[in-house]
Amino acid sequence: MSIKDKAASGSERLQGRIRIPTPLRYLINSCLIAGLWFALSGMAAGGIINNYWKGILITVGINIILATSLNISVGYLGQLPLGHAGFMAVGAYASAIYMKSTPAAALIKAGDRGAVLPYLITAVLISAAVAGLFGLLIGIPALRLKGDYLAIITLGFGEIIRVTITNIDSVLGFKFTYGAAGLARIPKFTTLGNCFALVVISLTLIHMLMKSRFGRAILAVRDNEIAAESVGVDTTYYKTLAFVFSAMLAGVAGCLYAGYLGSLYPSTFKFMKSIEILVMVVLGGMGSMLGSVVSATVLTVLPEMLRAFSDYRMVAYSLLLVVMMIFRPTGLMGSYDFSMSRLLEKLLNAVFRRGAAADGEAYTEEGGR
Amino acid sequence: MNLSTLLAQIINGLQTGSIYALVALGYSMVYGIILLLNFAHGDIIMVGAYVVYYSITRFAFHPLLAVLLAVAASVALGVTVEKVAYTPLRSAPRLSLLITAIGVSFLLENGAQMIFGADTKSMDPIVPGSVAIGSVTISYAAIITIAVSVISMFILTRLVNSTKMGKAMRAVSEDMGAAQLMGISLNKTISFTFAVGSALAGIGSVLYLCAYPQASPTMGSMLGIKAFIAAVLGGIGSIPGAMLGGFIIGLLESLISAVHLSMWKDAVVFVVLIVVLLLKPTGILGHKVQEKV
Amino acid sequence: MADRQHGKLYPLPSQNMVLERDLGKMPVLECRRLGINFGGLAAVSEFDLGIGPTEITGLIGPNGAGKTTVFNLLTKVYEPTTGSILLNGKDTAKMSTIELNKAGIARTFQNIRLFKNMSVEDNVKVAMDHSIHCGLGTALFRLPRYWKEESDAHERAMDLLGIFGLQGMANAKAGSLPYGAQRRLEIVRALATNPSLLLLDEPAAGMNPAETSELMEVISHIRDEFQIAILLIEHDMNLVMGICDGIAVLNFGRIIAKGTPEDIQNNPAVIEAYLGRKKEAKS
Repeated sequence: MSIKDKAASGSERLQGRIRIPTPLRYLINSCLIAGLWFALSGMAAGGIINNYWKGILITVGINIILATSLNISVGYLGQLPLGHAGFMAVGAYASAIYMKSTPAAALIKAGDRGAVLPYLITAVLISAAVAGLFGLLIGIPALRLKGDYLAIITLGFGEIIRVTITNIDSVLGFKFTYGAAGLARIPKFTTLGNCFALVVISLTLIHMLMKSRFGRAILAVRDNEIAAESVGVDTTYYKTLAFVFSAMLAGVAGCLYAGYLGSLYPSTFKFMKSIEILVMVVLGGMGSMLGSVVSATVLTVLPEMLRAFSDYRMVAYSLLLVVMMIFRPTGLMGSYDFSMSRLLEKLLNAVFRRGAAADGEAYTEEGGR
Repeated sequence: MNLSTLLAQIINGLQTGSIYALVALGYSMVYGIILLLNFAHGDIIMVGAYVVYYSITRFAFHPLLAVLLAVAASVALGVTVEKVAYTPLRSAPRLSLLITAIGVSFLLENGAQMIFGADTKSMDPIVPGSVAIGSVTISYAAIITIAVSVISMFILTRLVNSTKMGKAMRAVSEDMGAAQLMGISLNKTISFTFAVGSALAGIGSVLYLCAYPQASPTMGSMLGIKAFIAAVLGGIGSIPGAMLGGFIIGLLESLISAVHLSMWKDAVVFVVLIVVLLLKPTGILGHKVQEKV
Repeated sequence: MADRQHGKLYPLPSQNMVLERDLGKMPVLECRRLGINFGGLAAVSEFDLGIGPTEITGLIGPNGAGKTTVFNLLTKVYEPTTGSILLNGKDTAKMSTIELNKAGIARTFQNIRLFKNMSVEDNVKVAMDHSIHCGLGTALFRLPRYWKEESDAHERAMDLLGIFGLQGMANAKAGSLPYGAQRRLEIVRALATNPSLLLLDEPAAGMNPAETSELMEVISHIRDEFQIAILLIEHDMNLVMGICDGIAVLNFGRIIAKGTPEDIQNNPAVIEAYLGRKKEAKS
């Protein structure tokens, strides 16, 4: 068979499959998200979700952003940053200090949620920008190095941030972070609604990034750095990009956290917190966004329901890390990412084009478990 | 600050520095052989410290027996961790191995917290007393610590450079596959490396208790991380490098404390690490390794 | 099969051979006294080589002669100890691997280095990265330009995959491909960077004779179609003698012979280097 013939038969096989056009895919996903929101808000309005569960749902949302953003660095980029809580802390403190300087608290008290929105948006942008800036500062030196140095440098960064937040007031003589005593009376601006919206925005941005040329380059760097360089991929740039993006989203999670709790303490953002987020990513499957979402949800809700065992939580987490790595290093989901449209496509193909679909199956099936 | 306080601080620094150096050697050896940042190494010290604490306070053993028990326990723990957690992952990606090491480290910390309680256990100084030289008083503990470290490092250098096992260790760290083809047993060599590193950690735990007579579940993590920084600073994989790095970090810390900035101690150490990695990523005495293409 | 019009070869004073059709044109690559030492040991030394803009050159020699090291020097995976490399007349001394690729050198690897967990199509698209003009904002917010650039990239990737008839596998994971297909995909990926010089490191390794002869056809086709120079390392003498315009023989890091396939086949120094065997049938 000549080259030309081969080419022809190859494209024929592709045409045999039914594909859902991309705009339609987006429409399907938007409908799903809207449906989920109506279900949630309906349940909240109807009192099925009480305030206690609302709080848990907001925590779930915050943890989803934390886990999926760390997944960018760990799963997609293949690095191991251990200072994710540091970025969260920076974002939390930045937005808290900003929000305290605005009339947001009075507006919330007056019940005028709409008027808070501009302040909220500014706070989110500030926390993302500040966390991103720190990500850039720490990423540029750390990402030039190979191996485990990134882990140790980011771990160090997390500690430096915590020490600084604890001690900066006494050095500068300001009332800025209020040190170990904690930053209190932050306007409680986080609601189930804006938390849901930010989760959706974060996940969408991650998806858009990863399914573009930027995402491809990031994955290429993970898979084979030398080969990536040999085809002209600027590895340092893409590593830094992924790292900064991940830091920015951690900052946004911090912003939501500050607005949810209303008070911040440096001890919250210990090394332990970074590890907790890492456990979520590892359990869900490094490189799977769905995995991170599911495991962030499970690992937030489960401890709430098993309060009696809270003493054993960290032991269980650490055991989980070791056992997962030894027996199922790909995580629960592997690198599989759920896609409603792909499921529909498969259904359509199965119903209408049985023969054609089966023909190319061995090669056209996407990877993952 | 007068001269005698400065001298006292320097001796303090050398004391903690030699503990860092001993622990750094463990990191350096393990890193050199399987390229793993063994996060659990610091927590082995913690376990060793609890062994000493209970041997002396609960069972009233002679301190020397306590030392032997601590070293034995550390070696047993180090080798067990290697066999159970790291061996199955030898061909896995580096990232998995590193995550496992973090998991083991946390498991040891939280396990210790469950078994021994979260509180800090204080005991009487193991080696009390001090000697005055001029206006400077030096504790016996400091003298013993520095002496023991220097002797241990001397023995270790001999072990690596002049014994058959040492040759095997160097061969495996150079090229695992080739070493295996030459008939060197990987399992044996790697376990031996972990055993030696853990033994040093065991000695380190005793020396740590001489300096600060208290044990707590989290004592190992910061100590371990600083020792790792010392190893990186000196040049990972290099024995004299680990010693040098340990002394530098120890001295730096005590000098920072001397100017009353001790709460910034940890932060400064990390800043030093970042600066070193930027200027000379291979550390002071390390050499560059080229990746094969 | 595409017409191969070799033209005549002319020896230059430097002993380099130049194709008639390349005469008077600037060589795509010129190595001058290139060398590298590893711990005092000269892995490659006094390496002089020029390659015309549409020439296929073979780099042969016994195992361990330093062939792959030459590739690593050309792509700056290793920094040369001595000598200089001119690419299209420009000195590459200050360039990194990435910049060299942008300047026109693309390569494949002896031990295949694909992006194993990515799809075949994405492997090719990664290599087209700097010719996809789509900024971060455009990508994140899916502006119209993104769609246009992506569909262009898709088409180009499919065209390139068509060279080896790999389009049917476009959605497969690169790591799941059979060995031969992985080698071909590496060539496609290198081509996607729009090189003026393509370096192939043992492209026929692990292929059977039928596959090898098909590969020969495709390599010539690539040269004719894209009008680029190709430097290849290969142990399969049928392939080397069959498609190369010029051949350089490396032994112990030094070039011991340069010339046309006929010259090389009759060169006593080459025969000696191969321990008296004229043809080494290594697969």
